[in-house]
Amino acid sequence: MPLAFLLPAAFFLGVWVVYPTFATMWRSLFSDRGDRFVGLDNYERMFTDEAVQTAIKNNVLWVLVIPAGVTAVGLVFAVLTEKVRWAVAFKIAVFIPLAVSLFAVGVIWRIMYQEDPERGAVNAAIVGVQGIVGERGVLSSAQPSTDALTGTPQGGLTLQDAVEPGDVALLGLTAIRADEIPEDGVDAVQPEPLQGGITGVVWRDFKPGGGNPGEVESEETGLAGVTVELRAGESGNAIESTMTGEDGSFAFEEVEAGEYRVAIGSETFAEPFEGFSWLGQSLITPAIMIAYIWVSAGFAMVIIAAGLSAIPRDTLEAARTDGATEFQVFRRITVPLLAPVLTVVFVTQIIACLKIFDLVLAIAPGSSRNDATLLAFEMWRRSFSGQNLYGLGSAISTFLLLLFIPFLIVNVRRFRAEAK
Amino acid sequence: MATVAEPQPVVIEESIATKLVRALGRAPVHLVLMLIAILWLIPTAGLFVTSLLTPTDQAEGGWWNFLFQPSAWTFENYRNMFDNDSIVDALIITAQVTLGATILPILVASLAAYALAWIEFPGRDWIFLTVIALLLVPIQMALIPMFSLYNRLSLFDTIPGLILFHSAFALPFAIFLLRNFFAGIPRDLMEAARIDGASELRLFFKVVLPLGIPAIASLAIFQVLFVWNDLLIGLVMAQNNQPIAPELASQLRQFGSNLDVLAPAAFFSAVIPLTIFALFQRYFVQGLLAGSVK
Repeated sequence: MPLAFLLPAAFFLGVWVVYPTFATMWRSLFSDRGDRFVGLDNYERMFTDEAVQTAIKNNVLWVLVIPAGVTAVGLVFAVLTEKVRWAVAFKIAVFIPLAVSLFAVGVIWRIMYQEDPERGAVNAAIVGVQGIVGERGVLSSAQPSTDALTGTPQGGLTLQDAVEPGDVALLGLTAIRADEIPEDGVDAVQPEPLQGGITGVVWRDFKPGGGNPGEVESEETGLAGVTVELRAGESGNAIESTMTGEDGSFAFEEVEAGEYRVAIGSETFAEPFEGFSWLGQSLITPAIMIAYIWVSAGFAMVIIAAGLSAIPRDTLEAARTDGATEFQVFRRITVPLLAPVLTVVFVTQIIACLKIFDLVLAIAPGSSRNDATLLAFEMWRRSFSGQNLYGLGSAISTFLLLLFIPFLIVNVRRFRAEAK
Repeated sequence: MATVAEPQPVVIEESIATKLVRALGRAPVHLVLMLIAILWLIPTAGLFVTSLLTPTDQAEGGWWNFLFQPSAWTFENYRNMFDNDSIVDALIITAQVTLGATILPILVASLAAYALAWIEFPGRDWIFLTVIALLLVPIQMALIPMFSLYNRLSLFDTIPGLILFHSAFALPFAIFLLRNFFAGIPRDLMEAARIDGASELRLFFKVVLPLGIPAIASLAIFQVLFVWNDLLIGLVMAQNNQPIAPELASQLRQFGSNLDVLAPAAFFSAVIPLTIFALFQRYFVQGLLAGSVK
């Protein structure tokens, strides 16, 4: 009689779960095409394969960061919402990502992570936080117009010839971005020499038709707001700095006799913030992790909140009456009493980390998949994305199963303890 | 200060002050929670707004520029999506697979769970232990052998093939959850029915199944969400008849140039699980709790 009830389930589990599990283990001992017994070669291949090595490293990183991170975020959310009346609304907001497919999550975060700060919200937020990112220089792409100016935009441009008081420094620039040319610019004027001082002009050494490089001519615009440094002739240390006026002219007055150099500081040429490339090779793993925490926080929060509501109020109240601060109550009573629930969340997240596949596929563009890969993803990629390496794929699957064995033993033990 | 005179008014005064301090002290909590909630909603809002923009507006700048500019919103992308046969077909396939792969495993699992909970037979605990062990077998373990088996049996790229695959992998969790729930049915109730001469089958349909509705509901919601959102099984076991997520995954390659196709499809494919989640939130949470506190 029990057989009739169990038979359908046994059929499904036998054909779709048990049979392929053993078949995959067996298959991992054969070549990719399945025509040759190769022993443990696939496992050797797996551990020497660069992408699989990256996958293992990434999986370790995930297991180190994610379970702790998700549990911590869930705990904070659960504790914060405990006494708030609109907790349900908050929980729904945090819960939404859990119902959305990981594929849609991928599209969502691809939109968030777009590199151009004008389009990607994450980079736009970084631009919004002033101070993290330097401001763009007034002339981000300018180049010297003649060989008289040397150096690089990163270190600043220096006039090659030394100047003395009474000299006039001509700092001509070209290759100025269209949106950085002053719209209502004033024609540059070559300033008069100044007794006991150094004068000069920074100007756009270019006019329709070209003009003569190195000469200040009519119709050539003065560049306002450029920082000019006066540097000591020998050491090159900046002594004084000033800013150019409307027509691009500047002056250092009352300069002691001697040799100096005139330079345009590097901040003038600072490139605008182009945005972090979240989906590029170096940031892709943290980027996917952020998306994952965004998804999983709701899960952790709900489980922990349920555990929290099971803590006897009396215990907490007693501690508060005894004069414990909220933080002490949290640290000494809430967390220890929650330990079993926190463990459940933590372990569930370790298992989830080992199974992640969708997020890598959906978020990482083809060019950074090698850097984002995880074991469960690498197994699919090697076997099915056109590579057809079934031997290697079977070995990765078997390795993955091995990683689950400790959890399996814990589960079985717990059940047997409960049964007794 | 030294005397402890008139304690009563002092107590009242303190309680008002404490209340005030507490209310003020809690203001930052509300503020922080509000900020977190907004932060958590931003990405989904971004997808939604993006899906409502014309390709020109999408290229022009960040979606947040259009957040408070409903005049720029258009349902044009959605209209195009419903004219796109491959997407509509994929949605229909997803619905069929989800329906089948929710009903079938629940039926099969509740039969097995009933036997494991209420019928005495030798080796019962061992069978349940096996089920618990199978809970952890990753889907990756089945892909390669089932791929070739499906090709031989002509189940590859078919809706029944997807339904059967999903059903099988849903069983360990379903049996586990339902067996524990069924085991909680009062023994008296079961024995009374047995004394009345009810057959096991009758007992199952008339007593256990109706009582198991809450657990079955949680399970159904989980399964709907899981199957609807699946990417892996659909990607490997189907090719021309793929459900929506794998169907769209192939379009991710041109991300950026086809945002007007991807964004509405991704959002629309999320609307159905979101609705189900919103309607049955209680069962979902119950199921999460029952499933995780293993």
